[in-house]
Amino acid sequence: MEENKKTCLYDKHLALGAKMSPFGGFDMPIEYSSIKEEHMSVRHHAGVFDVSHMGEIFVSGPDAEKFVNHIFTNDITDAPYGKIYYGIMCYPDGGSVDDLLVYKMQGNNYLLVVNAANIDKNDAWIRENSKNYDVTIDNKSDVYGQVAIQGPEAEEKVERLLNLQVKDLAFYTFKEIEIEGETIIVSRTGYTGEDGFEIYGSHKYINKVWDILIASGEVAPCGLGCRDTLRFEVALPLYGHELSAEISPLMAGLGIFVKLDKEEFIGKEALQLQKAEGVKQKVVGIELNDKAIPRNGYPVEVDGKEIGVVTTGYHGLSVDKSIAMALIDAQYATLGTEVEVRIRKKTFPGTVVKKKFYNKNYKK
Amino acid sequence: MATVKEGYKYAETHEWVKVEGEIALIGISDFAQHELGDVVYVDFPEVDDEIAKGEEFGAVESTKAASDLIAPVSGTVIEVNSALDDAPELINQAPFDNWMIKVQLSDASELDDLMDAEAYKAFCGE
Repeated sequence: MEENKKTCLYDKHLALGAKMSPFGGFDMPIEYSSIKEEHMSVRHHAGVFDVSHMGEIFVSGPDAEKFVNHIFTNDITDAPYGKIYYGIMCYPDGGSVDDLLVYKMQGNNYLLVVNAANIDKNDAWIRENSKNYDVTIDNKSDVYGQVAIQGPEAEEKVERLLNLQVKDLAFYTFKEIEIEGETIIVSRTGYTGEDGFEIYGSHKYINKVWDILIASGEVAPCGLGCRDTLRFEVALPLYGHELSAEISPLMAGLGIFVKLDKEEFIGKEALQLQKAEGVKQKVVGIELNDKAIPRNGYPVEVDGKEIGVVTTGYHGLSVDKSIAMALIDAQYATLGTEVEVRIRKKTFPGTVVKKKFYNKNYKK
Repeated sequence: MATVKEGYKYAETHEWVKVEGEIALIGISDFAQHELGDVVYVDFPEVDDEIAKGEEFGAVESTKAASDLIAPVSGTVIEVNSALDDAPELINQAPFDNWMIKVQLSDASELDDLMDAEAYKAFCGE
């Protein structure tokens, strides 16, 4: 077995007594104290996540804008320096290669931030599709460390403890800051449904940021466990669950990030057809009447017939109910439809509901 | 370090058994609750269900994951601890005081296959 990679903060996690587990090819902290406590820190105060496992791939050159538009569902035409776009890379059949952020850097230069588990696959996909474009692809995933500081108090903590001016940053924008002899990237982004920032820098700088935040005692170290419960409650998709080679962005309900009026991009024809004919399956929310927990992979049934599968499920932390996102046949996706989820040997009745179980609290 | 209590028998799958005459109380160890994290739900068998040593009889769910409960002994379920329905966190707070099911033992000799506190302590330390 190939050994998992370690992020630049690995030793810090061990020192804090984190429970570690493999994720996306890395040994990552799942929780330090408890998922619930960390979840609440982010919802009500501020928490810091090591997200150094995320991939950073730069695309530059004369054809960079045209090429990124070719592989990306969102439209980055005439993007101003400092703006960030969320979107999906699709296969020709509309299935998803990955979901990612595109940062418009200075000049003909774009930073693609991709999921850890997909770094190698994306790197190969991007190179393979770049043959007819005059671009340079530079995978810097091993060079950058990354932390996310999330929660309603994030802005104040970042300004005061890290001495970074971020008040003026709008949602989904970034700036480059010269500090400690290097250029770091700070963006107002995250994956929790709360206000917050993501900081990209050298391993050395990211270690320094981590140490300052932890030593302050004002920002809770948070693991991937609560990252998942936080993103789930606000219905943010996780690749491999709500998006995959089989789940297109339209099936996942991410149509606003798919610009079908764009001249061309990989997957456009298939997605146009899906839109015209209606998708066959949809990602929906399900609320159970019981406390049993619907987990990833559990079947969803109607009248004893399997009509779909749970993609993510939890006992809600902000809402005291068993809730799930599930991919089900579109004919059953109407709100209020009664379904059953098979949990181990029994089935439990539930209802199709909006998949956003908690309201986002972004600062726009 | 996880607490291991004397007077209980332990399975390698981290359930404990406390014997009261021909009745066995079954719960999970401090080590197990610590590994699971915040317990949010216990999936019990029904009263009168037969459980068989080594086989799954229910599940305990934490925020992170569902974990099967494996019967450390065979017998008939005579009671489930319904207090845990409303307060599953009791498992985290006092794992040895909060049994999950009571079982009428069908073969008391199966108890000999379980570990005592000392052996279980060594098992968890490995």
